[in-house]
Parts: sequence; C-alpha cells; structure tokens
Amino acid sequence: MDIDWVWGLFGGLLIGMGGAVFLLFNGRIMGASGIIGGLVDRSAGRSWPERVVFLAGVVLLPVLLWPLKPGTDTHITGNIALLLIAGLLVGVGTRLANGCTSGHGVCGMSRLSVRGIVASLSYIGAGAITVALLRHLLGVI
Amino acid sequence: MQRFVFAFIAGGLFGAGLFLSGMTDTDKVQGFLDFFGAWDPTLAFVMGGAMLPMAIAWRIAKRRESAVLGNALPGPASARIDGSLIAGSVMFGAGWGLVGICPGPAIASLSYGGPMLFFFIAAMLGGMALAPKVRERLDKWVPAE
Repeated sequence: MDIDWVWGLFGGLLIGMGGAVFLLFNGRIMGASGIIGGLVDRSAGRSWPERVVFLAGVVLLPVLLWPLKPGTDTHITGNIALLLIAGLLVGVGTRLANGCTSGHGVCGMSRLSVRGIVASLSYIGAGAITVALLRHLLGVI
Repeated sequence: MQRFVFAFIAGGLFGAGLFLSGMTDTDKVQGFLDFFGAWDPTLAFVMGGAMLPMAIAWRIAKRRESAVLGNALPGPASARIDGSLIAGSVMFGAGWGLVGICPGPAIASLSYGGPMLFFFIAAMLGGMALAPKVRERLDKWVPAE
C-alpha cells in the first residue's frame, strides 16, 4: 500500500524519540540486543531493573495501540528449524558485534559512528545475500 | 524512580514505533532485503525517520556534562573495526534475512506474534548466552591487538 512509507516514517520518528529520551534522560544507548543480552549474560549488573522496565514498555505499547492497526500480522514463517537457526545467529551475532539495527543502526549511524556504519553495511549486506540465495536461488524462504 | 519512568517512556516509544512502522512484519523486512525481487523501501523510511531525532539528541548530548537524571552520558564512539564486529554483524544479518526478525521487533510483537515467535526468541536468548564463549574462541583464532 502507498501509505506504508508514511507509517514507516512516523513509526521511525517514534523510535528515534525513544532513543533520544533514553540517551538524554537515562544516559543510555537504546540498543535492543544490548539491553536484552545484558540480562541474559548477567553483564547488566545493577542496571537490570531499568532494562526490564524498558522492555515492558516495548511489549506493552503495541498492545495499547492495537486499535490503530488492528489485525497486524507478522507473517512469521512456520518453519521451526529456520526460526531456531535464525534466532541463534541473531543472538550470537548481535552480541559479538555489540549491537543490532537499533544500537548500531539507529543510534550508531546517527552519530556517524564508524563501527555503527560498518556493522550496518555488514548486516544489511549479509541479509540481502541471504534473501537472494535462499529466495531466488534455492526457493526456501 | 525517575529512571524507571523514562526507561518506560523510551521503551514505549520504541515499541510503538516498531509496531506502527510495520517493522514487526517479517514480509516488509525481508522485502527490504530483497534487492533482486519486489523491493520494499519501508525500512529505509523507518531508519531515516529514527535517525532524525537521534541525530538531534546526539548534538544536545555533546553539549552536556551528564544526562538529565544525573548519570553519565556515553563516551565518544569507538572507531575500532575488529573481527567480532564484522563476523557478528554478518551472522546477525544472515539470521535477520532468513526470517525477517531482529531483537527489537521480536520483543515488540510478543503479544501478537503467535507461538512461532517463541522458537525464535528462545534460540536468540540461547545465542546471547553462548556469545561470550564464542567470543573467547574467536579471540584465540584472531587475537585482538
């Protein structure tokens, strides 16, 4: 649909405002993998409650805003093996790289961080190659 | 207490933005990565829209000694490009392309992502738990200078 990019831009602005609030008020970089990963490997230390509250907001607002876009579908694959492999790659990869689309992408690139830009080009490139190979060559996804 | 209020506001804006932007739709994410198919530019608009307030925030942060609530602001960005940054990002990108899910949207769609999402999240959390061990191995192969 034509209005997809309008929602994209509007949603993007909200994401950026979230990152701005987290940076300017809490002094933290809003990176989803870092916030979650720090809880998983216990490197969060005493910052764990702040992370849990942040994540609660991430889960809760889509519930509250559901009437704005009712019936939103994730179109998630039903292939469990694919989901497990992808989840493992995303989990290990984002922690090795110290960031994902939010940390390296939104927060890193917006301050012209070299690491953020190199990471973003790497994951977008790898993602594009994966889709090209598995969708157009092998027809798996 | 205030830290929790603002952490919730930040998380709420992040979750609202991910939901409304369409980034929890794996079709749109894989569509963005599908340069040889029906390319979907939505993700570029989301990224652009998100970087705007964030760039302003970084400019404000530069002029400040500390965050509004008194804690330290992040230090200057490191420019160190190492093996784990590239290898990790390539692994992440491969998984991202495979199913069209990254960590933020996985959490944002928790309430409506259905049971299949839990397989992804469980594996992602497992991967995050394994990551420190993988990093150790990687450093042995390619010693960090």
